[in-house]
Amino acid sequence: MVDKTLELFDCGHRACGGCGAALVARLVTKAAGTDTIVVSATGCMEVFSTPYPETAWKVPWIHSLFENASAVASGVEAALKKQGRKEKVVIMAGDGATFDIGMICISGAFERGHDFTYICYDNEAYMNTGIQRSGATPYDASTTTTPAGKCSFGNKLPKKDMPQILAAHGAPYVATASIAYPADLMQKVEKAINTRGPCYVQVHAPCCTGWGFEGDQTIAVAKLAIETGLWVNYEMVDGKVVKAKKVVRKPVEEYLKTQKRFRHLFKPTRQDAEIAVIQAMADRNAEKYAIDIKLKNE
Amino acid sequence: MREITEGSHAVADAVRLCRPQVIAAYPITPQTHIVEALADMVANCQLDAEYITVENELSALSACIGASAAGSRTYSATTSQGLALMFEVCFNAAGMRLPIVMSIANRALGAPLSIWNDQQDSISLRDSGWLQFYAEDNQEATDLHYLAYRVAEDHSVLLPAFVCFDGFILSHTYEPIDMLSQEDIDRFLPKFTPYERLDAADPISFGMYATPDYYLEFKYEMDRALKESKAIIHKAGKEFGQMFGRDYSAMVEGYRLEDADTAIVALGSICGTTKDAIDEMRDEGKKVGLLKIRVFRPFPTEDVAKALSHVQRVAVLDKNISLGAKGAVALEVKDALYSSGIPVKDYIIGLGGRDVRKRDIKAIVALVEKGQGDMFYGLRKEVL
Repeated sequence: MVDKTLELFDCGHRACGGCGAALVARLVTKAAGTDTIVVSATGCMEVFSTPYPETAWKVPWIHSLFENASAVASGVEAALKKQGRKEKVVIMAGDGATFDIGMICISGAFERGHDFTYICYDNEAYMNTGIQRSGATPYDASTTTTPAGKCSFGNKLPKKDMPQILAAHGAPYVATASIAYPADLMQKVEKAINTRGPCYVQVHAPCCTGWGFEGDQTIAVAKLAIETGLWVNYEMVDGKVVKAKKVVRKPVEEYLKTQKRFRHLFKPTRQDAEIAVIQAMADRNAEKYAIDIKLKNE
Repeated sequence: MREITEGSHAVADAVRLCRPQVIAAYPITPQTHIVEALADMVANCQLDAEYITVENELSALSACIGASAAGSRTYSATTSQGLALMFEVCFNAAGMRLPIVMSIANRALGAPLSIWNDQQDSISLRDSGWLQFYAEDNQEATDLHYLAYRVAEDHSVLLPAFVCFDGFILSHTYEPIDMLSQEDIDRFLPKFTPYERLDAADPISFGMYATPDYYLEFKYEMDRALKESKAIIHKAGKEFGQMFGRDYSAMVEGYRLEDADTAIVALGSICGTTKDAIDEMRDEGKKVGLLKIRVFRPFPTEDVAKALSHVQRVAVLDKNISLGAKGAVALEVKDALYSSGIPVKDYIIGLGGRDVRKRDIKAIVALVEKGQGDMFYGLRKEVL
């Protein structure tokens, strides 16, 4: 059981007020407990939590490079095994380190079946370097490398389906979660940690700075992603979806309107065709994961 | 026990005696025989290690970083393109002060693709903070592994180490080798005691980022540790000599150098050929000697200056080139002899596996005597 009073990610770190990733660090370490070794990839979380000589981590923590967290974790796990130690290995990496630059290392480590839990805090772009597009950036989001302009609506590529890719590697437990649902997130982390083999939890972690909303709206924005069906919280066991959070779905524009990265879809003129494309994506999610709650009077 | 063994297999056997707990490696010619032999030892319970079959060299060294930080003795081996792929990880392992030992079966870097020997690969990592040992023959290649672990893991050093031996020329060559026993090595190489490790009982953070207020001092401390490792190498090499009869206390080694007018400076297997050429030149009355550099990082500047202080000229054989400048060894030797006024000429030789024979060494001596050098030696003008 998760000890909710446990704080292993200390306050005083340098994250922006309202940072989703900082919440991920706090909730994941809380769920993982003290017998945990954290391996971080380069990124926002690594930078805001460890400016030498200070650290926010109250569990052993290591950062090496941007792309190699899974390989470093493989080595940590092998050493622990050899020494007969029981600590759990948890990787913390952003979406850039996960979807893009770290793919080779991730594939190798998941294929080898090391016993670790990989947490991807997904804020849907390279935030540390100034909001550039990653493989996790959603359709039509304006980033500094996919800016919306006179002849562009922003990012034209769909979000890569990392959970499916890792399930295809034979990961015994794969889940998605959101900082808007902390109890669910911690439960999933706990499950992943207690499942032998490489497990993956992808956590939706809105970034107020990069997405363009006020820092006190982080949870509200994260919640709207779920409520519109643009983010689905689900669990996969041995490659099969076993559970998905059901919602009474709201139109996607309620989510899109909260963020500057989608502002060009509403101003100066409303882009109905583009909004419809995004709505269709939410509809496909709803169908694929069967998340719609049918109201009685429907 | 003396046995005739292939260089790679002898190195693998030496690594086994060092009792690495985690091995992570990726196949690449001409290094592959080492990691194949180690895998075979693990499969046959001759070596009790976790062997991680990684997906590339970047991950091999990354896994060693994780395992070393967690407190295990680690090992990897690579060469050429594999080492180039590790470039970023090499700087990182040194900066994190992790005493990983890695064998380099030296090979040229593409393009053009070449599987054959030169020393461009490890020399190109000279600025990364790793210790660099170079072996003349396979006996030295095995012994330097024991020495490398002993020095790297010393708490006043805590830096990773390359043990370099020339690809094919040594790695695939059978030579008689005096193999030490497990008991011998256990006496020389104590169990790995990490200075700090990832441990839930005592949490610390590894690999934090440093602002401009701290970065410079991190680099200073690495440089100081490398320079101070000279004394540790000396002590460990001397002890090795007392125990097993082969003294590695000196970072440079002279051959018929005491009364030489012309000195050749080289590192690696070419020193053997050079010694034979020197013997023949001596028979002809030429006062030629060799200064072999066994440790390239830290660079033994004072030892080189002292050993060459009496000669009239120096010819440096470089199996590498800093394109647009000179060979890396020559640059260091010139620096060491700067205030002496002794002329130093550089000869870029043997790149991409071009054979270097005794007659080439003699021709280079003739060139340096005429004051001609700072050149590629042995160019085939007809293909230029």
